Amino acid sequence: MTPVQGVDQAFWYILGISIVLLFGITVVMVVFVIKYRRSTNPVPADIRDNMALELFWTLIPTLIALSMFYMGWKSYIGLRTVPEGAMQVEVAGQMFSWLFTYENGKESDNELVVPLGKPVKLNVTSLDVIHSLYIPAFRIKVDAVRGMKTYAWFLADELGEYDIQCTEYCGTGHSSMTGKLRIVPKDEYNKWLEKEDE
Amino acid sequence: MVIMSSDLQDGIMTETQSFFETPSPRGLTGVKAWLLTHDHKRLGLMYMWAILFWFVVAMILGLLMRTELMSQGRTIMGPEVYNSMFTLHGVIMIFLFAIPAIPAIFGNFFLPIQLGTDDVFFPRLNLFSWYLFMFGGLFAIFSLFFGGGFPDTGWTFYVPFSVSTKGNVSLTVTAAFILGMSSMLTGLNFVTTFHRMRHKDMALMQIPLFTWSLYATAWVQILATPVISITFVLVMMERFLAIGLFEPDKGGDPLLYQHLFWMYSHPAVYIMILPGMGVISEIIPVFSRKSIFGYKAIVISSMAIAIAGSLVWAHHMYTSGMSDVSVFVFSLLTFIVAVPSAVKVFSWVSTMYKGSIQMSPPLFLSLCFIYLFTVGGLTGLVLGAAGTDIHVHDTHFVVAHFHFVMLGGTGFAFFAALHYWWPKMFGVMYRFRPAYIGAVSAALGFVFHFVPMLILGLQGMPRRYYDYLPRYETGNFLAGFGAYLLVAGVLVMFVNLLLSLRNPRTAPSNPWGGTTLEWSIPSPPPMENFIEPPVIKGFPYDFSEIVARSQQDGR
Repeated sequence: MTPVQGVDQAFWYILGISIVLLFGITVVMVVFVIKYRRSTNPVPADIRDNMALELFWTLIPTLIALSMFYMGWKSYIGLRTVPEGAMQVEVAGQMFSWLFTYENGKESDNELVVPLGKPVKLNVTSLDVIHSLYIPAFRIKVDAVRGMKTYAWFLADELGEYDIQCTEYCGTGHSSMTGKLRIVPKDEYNKWLEKEDE
Repeated sequence: MVIMSSDLQDGIMTETQSFFETPSPRGLTGVKAWLLTHDHKRLGLMYMWAILFWFVVAMILGLLMRTELMSQGRTIMGPEVYNSMFTLHGVIMIFLFAIPAIPAIFGNFFLPIQLGTDDVFFPRLNLFSWYLFMFGGLFAIFSLFFGGGFPDTGWTFYVPFSVSTKGNVSLTVTAAFILGMSSMLTGLNFVTTFHRMRHKDMALMQIPLFTWSLYATAWVQILATPVISITFVLVMMERFLAIGLFEPDKGGDPLLYQHLFWMYSHPAVYIMILPGMGVISEIIPVFSRKSIFGYKAIVISSMAIAIAGSLVWAHHMYTSGMSDVSVFVFSLLTFIVAVPSAVKVFSWVSTMYKGSIQMSPPLFLSLCFIYLFTVGGLTGLVLGAAGTDIHVHDTHFVVAHFHFVMLGGTGFAFFAALHYWWPKMFGVMYRFRPAYIGAVSAALGFVFHFVPMLILGLQGMPRRYYDYLPRYETGNFLAGFGAYLLVAGVLVMFVNLLLSLRNPRTAPSNPWGGTTLEWSIPSPPPMENFIEPPVIKGFPYDFSEIVARSQQDGR
């Protein structure tokens, strides 16, 4: 299972249970309001508590919550465990652009090009204030902090163009601090990598 | 007006003078009678006017922002103005509305009454807190027009941006510092009043749940607020003296700021929501004519939320670069704190089971609260889980989530409290029809506004974006319409309440059939609250008398 699938599975698990719970609570609430309205039910019952019921609805949600925690944590591990042999790209955020530096010294502004099928590790830092590197298609996001090295990785498993955005507010140009991730066939990547910077 | 005229309890106005009319001592007449008052009720109302003003201002700022976002590119303002607007919207809504609203208005007004006493423990300090609040608010306005101009950091003031920006961050954090003092002193007053002024016949398990929720909140206010005050002082020292505490080049750590900031600001979320939960715990039983279900569980969960809620702050920081161990610990704790909130929701819904339910604007708003707060709580689970949070952190999903909690929760609880206690505070009844119309459009507008934002967030649209990628345009466009409906609904509710002030003061002392002490005294209450010594019920939500009386009346 790729990290993306792991994260999506956790999303479905948590959102699915949530929708069932929300639906249940809402329906019960509306039914009570209609069924026990004063005009048809002038005399209320006097029920103050019910130990068994309260224990039940404390313990069951605790178990559900813990299972959600587990799903979330498992998918997080997927995002953090970089496979061996991943290619490394140095990433630096600055007001308001992304700078990518490859192992052979090639630099690229706002464009991250990687070969199909490779795991890619991004080593992220910042040259000024805090930024955050976000590639929604691969469910990864990590803050770029000056003086600190953070990382994220993804498996480039499908050809195409994907958006890169900054998600830590960094000033006037924050929303225009976007870039492109291009996943290309290996030959094309090699050609791009060797090309001199224009 | 078809209020529950069939259920009006004692329709008599007592002969006593209300706190509005009681003559002031010599030298304290006219406006001084208000500006120098020690009366907790007058202070509550003074807070109310200020807070309503701020709320409307910040709401309109929010509406302008959403208008800007309705289409791509520049619509009505440039990025600088937009960035200042979301900063202001956040600062005002958090520090001048959500934190003080329910405790400062309804807490001040009703906590002493629910405890069977005549005022808070430190009345003069209470007046002082009000002045700090007003002063802090003025400072916030002041900061816009002096120094480097509009602050543009967001209400989170993250370093190093907040240290390097030209905007007038120093004055704005000073304003927040002063407001923090006000909040802390109010908390101190509530804790001391709770312990020292409570009627001697009232044991712990006889205290109304609204007062319990304020008590839990007050502890968080006292213990957490100093952390943010110190943090803001450190930001100032960083700006003026460049001490380097948060500066990596000097061996400082920007993450330290985030820890300090959230160490207060996450508990602050509970400062905002706990009193709202208290309001709902009052309203649901009254209109169901039935005891709250699981009184003790609700008391325990309030305290549990206050304690556990103080230990989860770093769940705002999963992507910050802190260690994976921290992510593990804070994610686990976050899921634990979800449970007491769930228990409360189940208790409210169960309270209505086999009740005798009368629809009314306060109840309707409370039902909206339960629905919207539940959505807020459940979307919080997505954010608490480590893997899923990475994707939606700092996106519109988060924005929608906390608006479900803060506006759908605290905001709707505030509207419910206004409609519930209005006849008690002013002695006037408002019209129900406009109240319902306002409430329905606010709730519908809310859903139409924030559900598209949840989806935008899942699609990856970051927050604090002046502009966005083309694929996010439809969602933003739709959300804009919801915003207009929401604001219109809120304004209808407010205007309806304000217009009611022209009505004669004929509201009965107990229009809804409530059992807590505020309903045993005239509307509006007399100067020192109780004319006769209050009678403390063995259980605060015992409706047997109310039910018996309405049966006796042959209904």
